[in-house]
Amino acid sequence: MNKLAMTLASSLLGLATMATAEVKVGMIVTLSGPPAALGQQVVDGFQLAIDDLDGKLGGQTAMVIVEDDELKPEVALSKANSLVESEQADFVVGTVFSNMLQAAFRPVTESETFLISPNAGPSTFAGRNCNPYFFVTSYQNNQNAEVMGAHAQAAGYKKVFMIAPNYQAGRDNMEGFRMHYEGEIVDEVYVPLGHQDYSAEIARIATSGADAVFAFTPGGMGVRFVRQFRDSGLADKVQFMSVFTTDETTLPAQKDAAEGFLAAGNWAPDTATDESTAFVAAFEAKYGYVPGGYAMQAYDAAMLINSAVEAVGGDLSDKDAVRAALKAAKFTSLRGNFAFNTNHYPIQDFYQLSVTERQDGAWVTAVGEKIFEGYEDSFAAECSM
Amino acid sequence: MSTTLILIQVLNGLQLGVILFLIAAGLTLVFGVMGFINLAHGVQYMVGAYLAYWGYGVTGSFVLALLMALPLALVMGLILEFLIFRHLYDRDHLSQVLATFGVILFLNQLAKVVFGPASLSVPPPAFLDFSFTLVDGLLYPAYRIAVIVAGLLVAFVLWLVITRTRIGMLIRAGATNPDMVSALGVNVRLLFMVVFGFGAMLAGFAGVMAAPIFSVEPGMGDNLLIVAFVVIIIGGAGSIRGAFVAALLVGLVDTLGRTLVTDGLRLVMDASAANQIGPAIASMLIYVLMALVLFWRPEGLFAARAAR
Amino acid sequence: MSGAPQATAAAAGRPRSALLVAGVIFAVLALVPFIAEVAGGAYLTSLAVRAMILAIVAISLDLLMGHGGLVSFGHSAFVAIGAYCAGIMLTEGIYEIAVILPVAIGAAALFALASGAVCLRTSGVSFIMITLAFGQMVYFALGSLAQYGADDGLTLWSAPDALGTKWLASKTGVYVTVLIALIGAWALVHRITGSRFGRVLRAARQNPARVASMGYSVFRYRLTAYAIAAMIAAVAGVLWAVHASFVSPSLGSWQRSGDLIVMVVLGGMATRNGALIGALFFIVIEEVLSSITHDWRLIFGPLLILIALYARGGLVGLLDRIQGDRT
Repeated sequence: MNKLAMTLASSLLGLATMATAEVKVGMIVTLSGPPAALGQQVVDGFQLAIDDLDGKLGGQTAMVIVEDDELKPEVALSKANSLVESEQADFVVGTVFSNMLQAAFRPVTESETFLISPNAGPSTFAGRNCNPYFFVTSYQNNQNAEVMGAHAQAAGYKKVFMIAPNYQAGRDNMEGFRMHYEGEIVDEVYVPLGHQDYSAEIARIATSGADAVFAFTPGGMGVRFVRQFRDSGLADKVQFMSVFTTDETTLPAQKDAAEGFLAAGNWAPDTATDESTAFVAAFEAKYGYVPGGYAMQAYDAAMLINSAVEAVGGDLSDKDAVRAALKAAKFTSLRGNFAFNTNHYPIQDFYQLSVTERQDGAWVTAVGEKIFEGYEDSFAAECSM
Repeated sequence: MSTTLILIQVLNGLQLGVILFLIAAGLTLVFGVMGFINLAHGVQYMVGAYLAYWGYGVTGSFVLALLMALPLALVMGLILEFLIFRHLYDRDHLSQVLATFGVILFLNQLAKVVFGPASLSVPPPAFLDFSFTLVDGLLYPAYRIAVIVAGLLVAFVLWLVITRTRIGMLIRAGATNPDMVSALGVNVRLLFMVVFGFGAMLAGFAGVMAAPIFSVEPGMGDNLLIVAFVVIIIGGAGSIRGAFVAALLVGLVDTLGRTLVTDGLRLVMDASAANQIGPAIASMLIYVLMALVLFWRPEGLFAARAAR
Repeated sequence: MSGAPQATAAAAGRPRSALLVAGVIFAVLALVPFIAEVAGGAYLTSLAVRAMILAIVAISLDLLMGHGGLVSFGHSAFVAIGAYCAGIMLTEGIYEIAVILPVAIGAAALFALASGAVCLRTSGVSFIMITLAFGQMVYFALGSLAQYGADDGLTLWSAPDALGTKWLASKTGVYVTVLIALIGAWALVHRITGSRFGRVLRAARQNPARVASMGYSVFRYRLTAYAIAAMIAAVAGVLWAVHASFVSPSLGSWQRSGDLIVMVVLGGMATRNGALIGALFFIVIEEVLSSITHDWRLIFGPLLILIALYARGGLVGLLDRIQGDRT
């Protein structure tokens, strides 16, 4: 989204339709470096929703401004300021990564602009620091790992080897896995972010006697780890379970190396609701690649905003009314059940997912059994809202 | 701590070392002979990897992709040399830093624009697509062994060229005393171009070899560049032998260190503290190594020049 | 490191016009909050604050690089140390800036003296690499502080008290403080480099053996410069923490140190205003270009290359030539 073009377009629009009000949404996502694939999904998912709504949100013309946080906190901060101050955005949708969210959080919420996260769901803002202006349409970061742990427990894996990058999200996910898993954790290894060569870690897995491995190795790390794991021949002996490691942004590169690997999440492209099937088809027709959870959650964020703007009749000045409308979440989520908890994080169903090859040759995740229905995050109790 | 683990770590360390050597060799020659700090060497590595990806997409064969990528990487290096770098040989190091920094920004962004931001993969050649069984249930890919062998071969050929041929003699002379070489009537311009182009091709070769193991993404060369600089500092600027020894040393220390540090810490403190501090210390190891070498031998282990 | 830019002599010969340029820049910066009332709002002032803080760090680095000939590839570590001192103290309930600042400055000075003592035994490329090494150590150490956010960084929920007042809780207060700090840093470095200390430092850059034979301890002078630069950078770090209400280890990454080196070289090393102009230019161009396209580095990269090739002495050198000055 070219900001210059958008400004031109909006001024033309403004000239042409003088009295039409508009809803301005600013997006802060990562569009630099390899994680840009996730940011792109968020932008594309959101835009598809706008298209489906004929370019409107709640009946008003929608204007979307996309900013790149470059995975740098000071840039996220700067863009947040730009969106709420210069652009006077009514809503800010962002961010992909939790540390970017931390940087942008205060400028947006303190300017009384609603901040809706389509992906990052750190525990920081789920408990004591929950905020009336902050909503999440994805999940709380630990939840997927918690679900994976529950499945591991139910499926009877006795010894699990855990591996994650050495940063906060890595540790959160490892902790999340432990919540429901009661078997033995034979080892817990932290690798540097962006780690390239996993043969040492794979050797440890082989000699540890583990019957399953739980990994959180996002992005390029996942591409490398999965392929190296498969090449080592361990995939037949040790069940590979992961979160954010085998998803639609990494599967195009992983392909059959990830076959049969398990994951956990709130949705997969083959989720059987009408809205979801239509979404996946429309997304692939428009953008030419398979949407993952990031795109789905961004689509839902757009639908959420749409429902709220509609509920207040386009008048966004009464913040309490907008908040109440957002909380009500009166829209059909692509994933099925969806409601907000007191801390504005979602209450939703979680499933065990597995990697399979689709009929057209694309590698995707597919929904397996439902692990939790109406699952809440573990920090909501500390939120005083 | 099983012997299998140690064995695999040693193999991995050698493999990392070999790739580091391929990158550092070109870097140390360029720095030693031409006194030129080429920060863009890391993107030349990345260019090699992307050329392999593109070549594979076009031909469907890794070997053909390799054969296509090498001359193209050479050409790329020569273009950069001709357009930008040759104007900077006489300038101060910091102008070189500024210019090569600009090259990094541009090429990383270009890679993202042309190939997209996502991590891409290149499969290893079919004839190497098998594994050795090291221990029950654990396989070590033959391709990785091939990388080690290839790297050692290149090192050997380089050694032959440097020590046994005329051009190698000129390079060694240029690394020791470039002014004298020029005064003796050697076409230094041409020598520089050859050295630079060859270095770029080596980096590109490293990128092609690394592509099937690691993934191909924009910016993949940046962190390796820093480690390559550590290697040439430890080895001594301008010395291929130094780069070889230092690269293997760094590869082994980094790989073995990662395993040993966390495990070692677990002996003296509880697991969660070890898991927190261990990786941080492991990341610092190669820098500590470099600091120690600099303390003991400030010009590096095998310095080419007496004084600089 | 060879190659002192000709601009040094030029700058020394025209102190008044350099003062004028600096004065104009500071005046413009002082006007920004008023301009912001009309257009740009908090975005413009926030951008200006960010540029000013970076300029402070760049000025401190120029003392080392331009005047001392010491290219530090780990300078951003001191910014991170300052920022984290502030961040940790604010998180632990120590709010008074009059306490935070000395602690941050002290911590940076300590680390500078310890690491400088090691680094300054080397020179040339070795010095660059060993400063990088120490910078990396700080970066990894900060990233392992799990109770203070580790790699994700630490959100700061309260602004510090300024001698009991809420001066630093307001955006205006922060802006004025940062501007005063910038002017102060500029003046301080101006003073230092113009003094005998500065002359010895520059002489040592050109010919350390000669300076040593004259009885000066080159090591002591350099270490002092290193520590001073570190302390200024730490102040910038504290200001950053106050401004952004957020600190993260990436403040001390090698990429940031690289950016700083680029800013100083871009602006023109060892000139009165090079670091200041370089930092402001870098930030402004980045913002302007990134609002045009997300692939702005395709333009910025070649721009840097062109400046390196054709603008000897950096932007200040370019400005001099445009003004038609001869040396």
